[in-house]
Amino acid sequence: MKPAVIVFPASNCDRDAAVAIEKICGVKPLMVWHGDSTLPDVDLIVIPGGFSFGDYLRCGAMAARSPVMREVVARANNGTPVLGICNGFQVLTEAGLLPGALMMNAHLKFVCKDVALKVESNQSMFTSAYQTGEIVTYTVAHHEGNYFADDATLDQIEQNGQVAFRYLDNPNGARNDIAGIFNKERNVLGLMPHPERMIERDLGGDDGARMFESLVASL
Amino acid sequence: MKARVHVTLKSGVLDPQGRAIQHTLGSLGFGGVSDVRQGKYLELDLAETDRDAAERSVKDMCEKLLANTVIENYSIDLVE
Amino acid sequence: MSAITPEIVAEHGLNPDEYDRIVNAMGREPNITELGIFSVMWSEHCSYKSSRRHLRKLPTEAPWVICGPGENAGIIDIGDGQAAIFKMESHNHPSFIEPYQGAATGVGGILRDVFTMGARPVANLNALRFGSPDHPKTRHLLSGVVAGIGGYGNCVGVPTIGGECDFHPAYNGNILVNAMTVGIADTDKIFYSAAAGIGNPVIYVGSKTGRDGIHGATMASAEFGENSEEKRPTVQVGDPFTEKLLIEACLELMATDAIVAIQDMGAAGLTSSSVEMGSKGEVGIELDLDNVPQRETGMTPYEMMLSESQERMLMVLKPGREPEAMAIFRKWDLDFAVIGKVTDTRHLVLKHKGEIVADIPLGPLVDDAPNYDRPHEETEKQDVLGPDSFTAPESNADALRELLATPDLASKRWIWQQYDHMVMGDTIGRPGGDAGVVRVHGTQKALAITTDCTPRYCKADPVEGGRQAVAETWRNITATGAIPLAITNCLNFGNPEKPIIMGQFVGCIEGMAEACLALDYPVISGNVSLYNETNGQAILPTPAIGGVGILTNYEQRASIAFAAEGETIVLIGDTEGHLGQSLYARELCGREDGAPPPVNLSAERRNGDLVRGLILTGVATSCHDVSGGGLLVAIADMAMASRIGAVLDYDRGGVPSYAFLFGEDQGRYVITTNSPELVLEQAAVDGVNASVIGVTGGATLKISEFDSISVAELTQVHEGWLPAYMAIP
Repeated sequence: MKPAVIVFPASNCDRDAAVAIEKICGVKPLMVWHGDSTLPDVDLIVIPGGFSFGDYLRCGAMAARSPVMREVVARANNGTPVLGICNGFQVLTEAGLLPGALMMNAHLKFVCKDVALKVESNQSMFTSAYQTGEIVTYTVAHHEGNYFADDATLDQIEQNGQVAFRYLDNPNGARNDIAGIFNKERNVLGLMPHPERMIERDLGGDDGARMFESLVASL
Repeated sequence: MKARVHVTLKSGVLDPQGRAIQHTLGSLGFGGVSDVRQGKYLELDLAETDRDAAERSVKDMCEKLLANTVIENYSIDLVE
Repeated sequence: MSAITPEIVAEHGLNPDEYDRIVNAMGREPNITELGIFSVMWSEHCSYKSSRRHLRKLPTEAPWVICGPGENAGIIDIGDGQAAIFKMESHNHPSFIEPYQGAATGVGGILRDVFTMGARPVANLNALRFGSPDHPKTRHLLSGVVAGIGGYGNCVGVPTIGGECDFHPAYNGNILVNAMTVGIADTDKIFYSAAAGIGNPVIYVGSKTGRDGIHGATMASAEFGENSEEKRPTVQVGDPFTEKLLIEACLELMATDAIVAIQDMGAAGLTSSSVEMGSKGEVGIELDLDNVPQRETGMTPYEMMLSESQERMLMVLKPGREPEAMAIFRKWDLDFAVIGKVTDTRHLVLKHKGEIVADIPLGPLVDDAPNYDRPHEETEKQDVLGPDSFTAPESNADALRELLATPDLASKRWIWQQYDHMVMGDTIGRPGGDAGVVRVHGTQKALAITTDCTPRYCKADPVEGGRQAVAETWRNITATGAIPLAITNCLNFGNPEKPIIMGQFVGCIEGMAEACLALDYPVISGNVSLYNETNGQAILPTPAIGGVGILTNYEQRASIAFAAEGETIVLIGDTEGHLGQSLYARELCGREDGAPPPVNLSAERRNGDLVRGLILTGVATSCHDVSGGGLLVAIADMAMASRIGAVLDYDRGGVPSYAFLFGEDQGRYVITTNSPELVLEQAAVDGVNASVIGVTGGATLKISEFDSISVAELTQVHEGWLPAYMAIP
């Protein structure tokens, strides 16, 4: 397994993602600076949480246009698995790898808490270690996690089975309680909750560890 | 040349900030505000002197960065 | 250059005597730039002119203290070549004027104090005090302050793991926003502010300088009047994105050996940083202001020197190391400019457009700063009120239900859910417990961190209140199993020119010093905020204390949640039913009189050491200290945190039940255990009063045979107040 974590100037969960990968997958990921226009040969790309460019203009907007993202988009289109967590999910929608957009939370406030999620499908390399329909707990920490897509797009996402995770108790107003979605090919996953923050009991739970175990099994 | 760009949420996209502003206006006694949509205003100083070229270039900027056309509309206003 | 008139002197917050001292120090009349520099350096905020002689009474040393007060932050040794660096600072006045930016820049400033010294910040806390919930401004201030703290801390990626939030009408016109940051550094990679090396370059990094907050430092040292809301333009705006870049760039440069000295530009920016660096190093500093990165055109030397633009640092580098340092700052898109050099003149010399615009001897600027022995009057002692002075409740369960929904005791989840308290992946004790707990990354160690103060005790008896504030942080840290190591403080008081206020300050210091000594718990950094008055109405004396302790093995820690059903509940410490100054008295009897509960420091230590031992050996399975609201509130907290009820059965030894349950006697803890005999035996050996008061289990808190309340209902009232309050537009 050869994972890479993309680092933007104000990524702040880059270390958390690297720690989780190293702990669960047993391999130290490559940390790739956003200004690099080349990307080494890797088999997993993680876009971590944080505020990439201060979340100025729109969350993830400027990050999605940074040099390394052209290469990330190309790799994703060639089938390399790409995981975007929180700000990473926002970047993936801004980069056009995932449909829809993340808007400000309906209650207008930042929210950091544990949330219960339903695993909508275990038919992916990100979720194979879960049961479909299983309820898991991850942590959310975001101000713009309110998933939006227009009706037609939403219908398509649902019909294609692209919803990966759904909130049981929607913390941000996301349409259809969507917490995370796949692309059509299911090699790209973006989600607002943080699996990398739930990898050991001491942190409040270890449900997130199985996402990384799933990746180990399929890569 | 100066370009003034307004970026607003598309109609039909929920605008929680606009709604909160409307609500607060109401509680301050400003009645009769039936809707508030909030957006962004950007001012760009352009070196370009040709109006059409400037318009094309700013439109491109909007499509590529300034607006997220999944949820936002934009309008461009050029002033000499 | 215009002559200095008495009006100009007064506008700079200097009195005629102070101006004479300046003329004396300079040996001539100062020009306006020099006057501006003196005014900020001699402001209360920078010079501690009313407090200095009293602060000296605080113990600041211990074998584990690496650096005490006087630097950007204090440093303690936490073993294995690692140090914890921390400080707490006030941003009260700016937060009242513009709550979002005031609080945000408060967080930014305290973060810089900590990473300036070489530490990666690992935790933020905030001690907040607002006016009465009924006051028309309170909701707006609370919402702005919380959003500002979150907006800044969340973006820089440092978890906000705790703090406190109280309400009292005395803060109606002066809220308190005290921010604390804790960082971790290697002991051989600590950076100080003393400039050295004649000819070494002085470097400016970070954001550009604009006309932000000019005279913030003097504003923070003046009483508010009716027109304080017009002061808005002097409030600075924070840019957490730039701060995050600055943290990463500074830490990257610190990994090399290029830095001689470094200092953040806090209040009075370029002035205080260059003066500190020069005077600490006993050297001179020469700055060419034309090279200062500027955001606005036409800035005068006066404006540049007094600007409080945020996210800036000043450094002295080793000669020839500029290119590698510049490369790092360029990578992070930050300004980097050589703006001067270290000289041997011991003067601060400023050049602008080829002319010398200021030339100040640093010795007198620092050493001749006023140092006042202001008259102080002791607060009159109040009577100790027995339980009989207070009315008994209809039922203890009803009283508990009511208390848990009062502003000071209600859950503050609405606040801390707006803070990212999990980022960095080491938060193992989340907000809502006795102390926040973060692991020292990659080790078995963890830091337990808390902020505490009980201003109503300080008002009633400053000495006792000072003792109690220190002791309560010690207790909260102990309740996690950690060993308390040191404190920082934010001493918030009213106008020190009033003897009664100055007496509160002197009294609180006396009590704090006693507690620090008795508990081996020195003060290593701090901040004083005076003149917290509006129209002559002072705040309650509020010496907010931030404590840090260490767990050598975090797996041994305890939390406040009951661990399981069927465990024995034991109360540690003496209970006399002290209701004077209690929340029971204030909230349910409408009384704010009487002496506060006394703190017995030797019992405090004995009780705490016993409890910590029981936690670390696994005998105690959960632990909570008993503080505001008393024993029953503490038990309710434990029940709510675990969703496990309890059946109480206790011997109150002649104390009326409501006084036993709601009294705020100090130095007490509630623990649960499976080995009650062992606990009682050990307590007897240590000379500590311990008694079994019940057993955990079920879904209700059974206070007596006829008096009980479900844990779900307790949670509902406890969680309900703040969201409901904030939902009102």
